[in-house]
Amino acid sequence: MSKPKVAFYWCASCGGCEETVVDLAEDILGVVEKVDIVLWPVAMDFKYKDVQAMADKSIFATLLNGAIRSSEQEEMAGLLRRKSQYLIAYGSCAHLGGIPSLANQFEREQILKFNYEDAPTVVNEAKVRPQLKFEENGRHPHLPELRNVVRSLDQVVDVDFYIPGCPPTPNLTKAAFAALLSGQIPPKGAVLAPDTALCEECSRKASKPSDIAFTEFKRTHQKLLDPAKCFLAQGVVCMGPATRSGCGAQCTEGNMPCTGCFGPTSRVRDQGAKILSSLCANIEAKDEAGINQVLEGIPDPVGTFYRYGLAKSLLRRKVNLSANRVPSSK
Amino acid sequence: MVSIKQDIRIGFYVCHCGHNIASMVDCPEVASYVEKLPGVVLSRDYKYMCSDPGQELIQKDIKEFDLNRVVVASCSPLLHEHTFRTAVAAGGLNPFFFHMVNIREHDSWVHTDRKEATAKAKALARAAIRRVAHHKALEVKQVPVNPDVLVVGGGIAGIHAALTLANAGKKVYLVEREPSIGGHMAKFDKTFPTLDCAACILTPKMSSVGAHENITLWSYSEVVKMDGYVGNYTVMVKRKARFINEDLCTGCQECVANCIYKEPKFTDEFNEGLGKRKPVYIPFPQATPQVVLIDPDVCLNFKRGVLTDKCKKTCVEACGDRKAIDFKQKEQFTEIKVGTIIVATGFQTFDAKRVLPYGYGVYPNVYTAMEVERLVNASGPTSGEVILRDGRQPKAIGIIHCVGSRDKKTNRWCSRVCCMYSMKLAHLLKEHTGAEIYNFYIDIRAPGKGYEEFYDKLNEEGVHFVRGRVGEVTDWGMTPEEEGKLVIRVEDTLAGFVRRIPVDMVVLATGLEPQADAQDVRRLFNMSCGTEGFFLERHPKLAPVNTFTDGIFIAGCCQGPRDIPDTVAQAGAAAAEAMVLIDKGHVEQEPNTAYVLPDCCGCKSCLPLCPYTAITFDEATKKAVINEALCKGCGTCVSSCPSGSIAQNLFEDEEVFSEIEGVLAD
Repeated sequence: MSKPKVAFYWCASCGGCEETVVDLAEDILGVVEKVDIVLWPVAMDFKYKDVQAMADKSIFATLLNGAIRSSEQEEMAGLLRRKSQYLIAYGSCAHLGGIPSLANQFEREQILKFNYEDAPTVVNEAKVRPQLKFEENGRHPHLPELRNVVRSLDQVVDVDFYIPGCPPTPNLTKAAFAALLSGQIPPKGAVLAPDTALCEECSRKASKPSDIAFTEFKRTHQKLLDPAKCFLAQGVVCMGPATRSGCGAQCTEGNMPCTGCFGPTSRVRDQGAKILSSLCANIEAKDEAGINQVLEGIPDPVGTFYRYGLAKSLLRRKVNLSANRVPSSK
Repeated sequence: MVSIKQDIRIGFYVCHCGHNIASMVDCPEVASYVEKLPGVVLSRDYKYMCSDPGQELIQKDIKEFDLNRVVVASCSPLLHEHTFRTAVAAGGLNPFFFHMVNIREHDSWVHTDRKEATAKAKALARAAIRRVAHHKALEVKQVPVNPDVLVVGGGIAGIHAALTLANAGKKVYLVEREPSIGGHMAKFDKTFPTLDCAACILTPKMSSVGAHENITLWSYSEVVKMDGYVGNYTVMVKRKARFINEDLCTGCQECVANCIYKEPKFTDEFNEGLGKRKPVYIPFPQATPQVVLIDPDVCLNFKRGVLTDKCKKTCVEACGDRKAIDFKQKEQFTEIKVGTIIVATGFQTFDAKRVLPYGYGVYPNVYTAMEVERLVNASGPTSGEVILRDGRQPKAIGIIHCVGSRDKKTNRWCSRVCCMYSMKLAHLLKEHTGAEIYNFYIDIRAPGKGYEEFYDKLNEEGVHFVRGRVGEVTDWGMTPEEEGKLVIRVEDTLAGFVRRIPVDMVVLATGLEPQADAQDVRRLFNMSCGTEGFFLERHPKLAPVNTFTDGIFIAGCCQGPRDIPDTVAQAGAAAAEAMVLIDKGHVEQEPNTAYVLPDCCGCKSCLPLCPYTAITFDEATKKAVINEALCKGCGTCVSSCPSGSIAQNLFEDEEVFSEIEGVLAD
């Protein structure tokens, strides 16, 4: 009997998720023993046409990381969906849109203009922009097109499971493999991590007072952080109460607050709105001026509360941008 | 197409409410539109759904068509939700498989375009149809009612409510801020329109309160904290230090006679500052309880309120073996448990200094009505003789109505009692002095029983009525007759010219205002206030003494200006409403309570937010716990739980979201 085929693919991502697969270290040998890797662009040389040639559903599972923001990523997501029995959104970007989806605060033209013209490190006097098609030495290469909005994987194709995290921890990855390979298939749509919030596994939990009242918010570089006390009790925004656990509280153990990469629990539709409700309701000041003063300690609310999930949040994107395939500027 | 759970069978009814809804909403069209929505088994329009036949229709349909959900589009749930839930229950369904759509207050009454209003009714109905599919069977819980009652405020309203309840055998705590009960009424000489002696009718009631075995009277005390819920309130009362042991004081007042101060020399609050008292005093002869108190701000044994023990303490000698004087007394806090609370905290009179042109506080002979009440009172500072601050007796008196009432610059409302008490004072002043009396009024408002007749009587007595709002009171005489007088400048709107009327005394008929600390009291008892600051009744006609907090009732002028007969009637009504709860013995709790899911991570974010202190942290499980009996279903914790681990009956996410989707769908 042939080994199950597995594919790893990356879209709009930083490569950190791939690192996690590598971080499995010796355990990866166990995985490799049990499966055939048929696609892994970061580590091995396969051609897309090889995948295209495969029979539908012939890949047992695909772990796809990264958000979807180009025509090529869309195409590959569709292709791998067709070829795979199980498509797994791997990591925050595929799961919720991730950091790339913070781009949904801006129009496509703003993004292109900044990156190719206005960024301080760019020298581009001719204001050259990448073209979808061009001619060079008689060849006619074409490039993928940047879409108007950044989307999570399930906003493009049907997704079976989610492994959260920026990046997912090796433990969760291993557990997911073990479950799938042993035939213990989780219910469709499941996020393969516990469904309680991070405080549950945070060693600082007991130090949170029951009558918290925020008088100010400080960012991590603005004060010396107590290594044992709840961050919120120190006036530092911690996304822990609004974030799914399962990471082993690695950040808070490392004396940094949770930034929310595991996304909300299954009961929450909008992680950012939830933590906002909670933090704002617990601000000590009750008058507008006083509240505004406290909130000045959070200069970038979207980047703070929606850092990993803007695409999948109720906000989704800042302006009424069309998500369709034709860029609105053309 | 929306998927609706397969076994859902919804019955929909749209009510015409006579013409109230049908004149602006096409009810048959709404019914035929809803009939086509998924899950709807039958859809009807009917003239009056709340009528008996309307309710029976629901019951019959539930059985005949095997309905398991019911939606009625009619008026406000405040009015008839209970009616329809009861009908649904009588039809054999759990009453919470019902949802109500308000297409009257939210639609027909506020729109003028029939087409648009009909479209809105459809959208609201669609939302309810989607929502009701997610409703769950819920159970109404019963909570016992503590039979004891707290009455806050010992004016005539509080006194009457307390006595009514106590006479019915209920235990009452009556808490009064001042050293004696009696309120404003105790200061009056006579009452309109019968000219009954106020003391003669009030003091027997005060004594009954003091002596009643079912009443615990705490004067010189204030409520500082209230927790709990209908039937089970826990109240903290601060008993201020009066430096007298109430149990030992007999009210003999020998301490007062023997005070080191031979003569009274401190401002007497009860007499509106027109008289003097000693540092140890009893506010007025009939004060209840008959217990003196010591004012540490002026007593020689204190310095600025702090005990120095430097006085000879002749009062203690005079008290002798009774040993009632206790200079070391501290304020005490006592916790009581009651089931219902009647708030009767009264009013304050408008500060006449705010109307500068009338010269109160500038011209000594300008008085407020309350001062005149004391001046004409036989037990007042002048024993009822009307002597002006300059020692003269007035020969002409002007009474200015509506001072701080019906005035955009101060208070817009009519204080209701000023016309009548002004006429009463006019009568009494004429009786006491024989002076010419002028009333300056905007309109005479005499709508009570026997009030118009009283006005007629005053006219016959030769009291002058000048219609017009007074422009100013001045001491600048322009003619020899005006020299040394106060001149009232007024446009006589009936005669059609401006008049100058010289008088010796001006009486300002000041209006009624909410107490200065009404907002604090409102927060303390979880009540609402109208824009003018008086406490808000739940419904002006259907629940006039109820508040929006169950088990808390209001009576008297804290709800709005009113006279004594109305106040007493309202106090009786509040007592009756309290008795409804007490005699029923239990309250049913709307099951819209919040509950914590097992996935709670114990982040404690919700704990400080609950306005009803219903959430505690279980140290054993490290999770939040909601006391269902305390939860009022406000939803604060639900919306702010960062991990979505608190849900609320009747407001589950799927119910709310499906309702939003329904209203926005086409």
